[in-house]
Amino acid sequence: MRYSDNLHVKQKGIKMKQFIAFVNKEFRHIIRDNRTLLIIIGMPIVEILLFGFAINMEVQNITVAFYDPSPDAITTGITERIKENSYFNNQGNMPSVAKMEEAMQKGDLDLAVVFQQNFQEDLVQTGNAAVQLLANSSDPNRGSISATYATAIIAGYQQEQMELMHIPFQIQTENRMIYNPQMKSSYMFVPGIMGLVLMIICTIMTSVSIVREKERGTMEVLLASPLKQGTMIFAKTIPYMVISFIDFIIILLLSYFVLGVPINGSLLLLFLVALIYISLTLTYGLTISTLVDKQMNAVIFSAITAMIPVLMLSGMIFPVGNMPVVLQAFSAIVPARWFIDAVRKVMIQGQGLFMIWKEVLIMIGMTIFLLGVTIAKTKKRLE
Amino acid sequence: MIEVKDLHKSYGKSGKINALNGISFNVNDGDIFGVIGPDGAGKSTLFRILASLIMPDSGTAIMNGYDVVKDYRKIRQIIGYMPGRFSLYQDLSVEENLKFFATLFDTTIEENYHLIKDIYQQIEPFKNRRAGALSGGMKQKLALSCALIHKPEILILDEPTTGVDPVSRKEFWDMLARLKEQGIIILVSTAYMDEASRCDRIALIREGELIASNTPQGIIDDYSDILWAVEGSRMSAILRELRKYEKIKTSFAFGDKIHITVDESLQIGELKQYLINRDFRDVGINPIEPTVEDCFIALTN
Amino acid sequence: MTNKVIEVSNLTKKFGSFTAVNHITFDVKEGEIFGFLGANGAGKTTAMQMLCGISMPTSGEGTVAGYDIIKENELIKRNIGYMSQKFSLYEDLKVWENIRLFGGIYGLSNKVIAEKTDALLKQLNFAEERNTLVKYLPLGWKQKLAFSVAIFHEPKIVFLDEPTGGVDPAMRRRFWEMIYDASERGITVFVTTHYMDESEYCNRVSIMVDGRIEALDTPAALRHQFNADTMDEVFRQLARKAERD
Repeated sequence: MRYSDNLHVKQKGIKMKQFIAFVNKEFRHIIRDNRTLLIIIGMPIVEILLFGFAINMEVQNITVAFYDPSPDAITTGITERIKENSYFNNQGNMPSVAKMEEAMQKGDLDLAVVFQQNFQEDLVQTGNAAVQLLANSSDPNRGSISATYATAIIAGYQQEQMELMHIPFQIQTENRMIYNPQMKSSYMFVPGIMGLVLMIICTIMTSVSIVREKERGTMEVLLASPLKQGTMIFAKTIPYMVISFIDFIIILLLSYFVLGVPINGSLLLLFLVALIYISLTLTYGLTISTLVDKQMNAVIFSAITAMIPVLMLSGMIFPVGNMPVVLQAFSAIVPARWFIDAVRKVMIQGQGLFMIWKEVLIMIGMTIFLLGVTIAKTKKRLE
Repeated sequence: MIEVKDLHKSYGKSGKINALNGISFNVNDGDIFGVIGPDGAGKSTLFRILASLIMPDSGTAIMNGYDVVKDYRKIRQIIGYMPGRFSLYQDLSVEENLKFFATLFDTTIEENYHLIKDIYQQIEPFKNRRAGALSGGMKQKLALSCALIHKPEILILDEPTTGVDPVSRKEFWDMLARLKEQGIIILVSTAYMDEASRCDRIALIREGELIASNTPQGIIDDYSDILWAVEGSRMSAILRELRKYEKIKTSFAFGDKIHITVDESLQIGELKQYLINRDFRDVGINPIEPTVEDCFIALTN
Repeated sequence: MTNKVIEVSNLTKKFGSFTAVNHITFDVKEGEIFGFLGANGAGKTTAMQMLCGISMPTSGEGTVAGYDIIKENELIKRNIGYMSQKFSLYEDLKVWENIRLFGGIYGLSNKVIAEKTDALLKQLNFAEERNTLVKYLPLGWKQKLAFSVAIFHEPKIVFLDEPTGGVDPAMRRRFWEMIYDASERGITVFVTTHYMDESEYCNRVSIMVDGRIEALDTPAALRHQFNADTMDEVFRQLARKAERD
């Protein structure tokens, strides 16, 4: 027999060598395909700049008014904070929401802050209270940025209060863009572009690169060798994971330095969220590769099931809250929706892990599910 | 030693297309074994089953003691497989391809260089060229080097000479003959009947059925009829005339001659006179030894 | 006296510094079966593409079916038929759909197509397969059908690129009998093959080596010229001279 007794130990060594050789090969494929390389690196840059400079960023003199049916210490605190802020131009309290909408229609008002009845009472008793931000989005950029500024102020106030009171509570900030539900602004689209670019690289590129091996017949040779399917699949994902992180960093740098989008939350947490999303989309790419045999089908399949939902249903362009209920429910299975939500919360609103645990868990759950499907569907033979 | 027993495989809805319909044969150690048949005979299906890439519907195949279904991991360590079409990475260089496959099999180019030297030396001057930019002949040499780099016990070559010109084909068979000296079992399929003589033993297959399995000479010796070669000028006209003559059982063009078999009652002189009467004055009719192609036609008609 | 349907002189095609086809000069007579042989990479495919009007020569001149290969390549395409082993029919179309499609491409009227389709299917004993998808036909049948479709519009010349590769030996011979029939009807047949026995079936054979035509004559004359018993030997002697790979 050619195989020695320490077969097990030897097998491990082989696997590692095979793995490294395979990762090496994948990088070569990518580097030698100039066009793809250009797309991978160029896509995030072009998209960020396109979205960024097509939109005027500077927003000042935001006219704001308040509706507070039952004034208390906290609502007054929040109101004061917003009034103090130099971006806002206070119009004072208004007697009704209807009056505020009227002012908005005339163009006299950018933002309406509407507190719920018995705000403080509810907050202390149930740990929950809601404040609604109605933004005039006839200028979409101005509208969404107004809301974002106010959201950030409220979040900051909440943080302070919580430290003082030692009890967990949550102020629900509910943004409504009225007159123009499209929230196009760099604060909103940066997370969206991240979601899109990572999806394209991880899902489309990974699935295509595996399916290409099937189509060109190299898979046949690989299958007829001692290479394990698991090793191959894992090795396939590594280069795309690396590229995804490079793109993620490019987007982050560009949006911070060129577009001036703040990174309010923990950078580490942001990377963790990205890592989870990258794993999820890579796994989805692997799942697709087990379902189709042609590169063209892999592209179409990924585009329909991954890209279009990211654009339409993730909240990148159309806010989820403004969708019909059916679409809202459907958006729940779009991975990018949870990623974009989590990134907005961490990056723009500066919230911590405990505020995004739901998004994180959902993404991890999806990853595990897709991994299961992939393993069940992976064949050790040609058919 | 390879033992193939009663392999069946069908495809399509409700198993409409029978790719293999009960194929059995044995291959001895150190043999070059040719699986010969036209396209669609089931050659690729057979080889994919032997390479553990697809599963047979029924039947068994044991290669050097390993079952192609149960022991597929072992099979994949002891075989070198070269599919019908060029299946290497076109964007990797010659050397990168070879190195990659060496690593997959836990070996290095240096370790088994002696085995591929004869073949690889011819493409080594181009080792930095991308595989996609190689000519057909060089691609084939690279593919063979990659299939050999781990010193396989059994080499499975699916139609390596399809679409290859006669000179390159002969070169390829010369390479196989030298590999045989290393004690590797070589399984090779082809649609070119004239390549049968380069094999130790052959299996003739057609539409998923085994027609005959023997040494090439054994197949020829089993030819039961007497085969005649008719020659002369205006061959297509002669062929047409022969087709009209009822005592001729079969008639097929074979290069510059026509091969015929005739009814026992027919004297060859009679036939010659028949042709001379029809103004084919320079015909010659002589008995000849059949080729494997003649046997194939006889066995399938 | 006989018409020349292909007449080219000094036809050359260069790709960068690489000369794929190097000053080839030859002619093919009407109704002739012309074997176009050469090793892989000798330049056969490129030469054939120029003759079919698909590829523009770098230099040289010639006519195919009476049309200039440089100025009238669109007219050439209308007057030739083409069939290759790799692609000839749409696998996912039915037999009659393929005939109709190619008839339509060459501008035949629906009425003519319908009439000719019936006649063709009858002649091939294919009447029952009229509605069969081409992919379900055995290879030998496919090739016969593909050839019939290639000459459906009665072209002056039909180009056959390795038409019999991988085909059953008996079928292969029947296929050649169809070629003879076409040739007798006056259709010129220009054919490449890797089966050397098939080169014997041609009226004349040319052998390309490294982009040049190194030999051109009847099979018998070539065997005599190279003092060889078979065309296989002739081919080998010539191909051995090749320097490029």
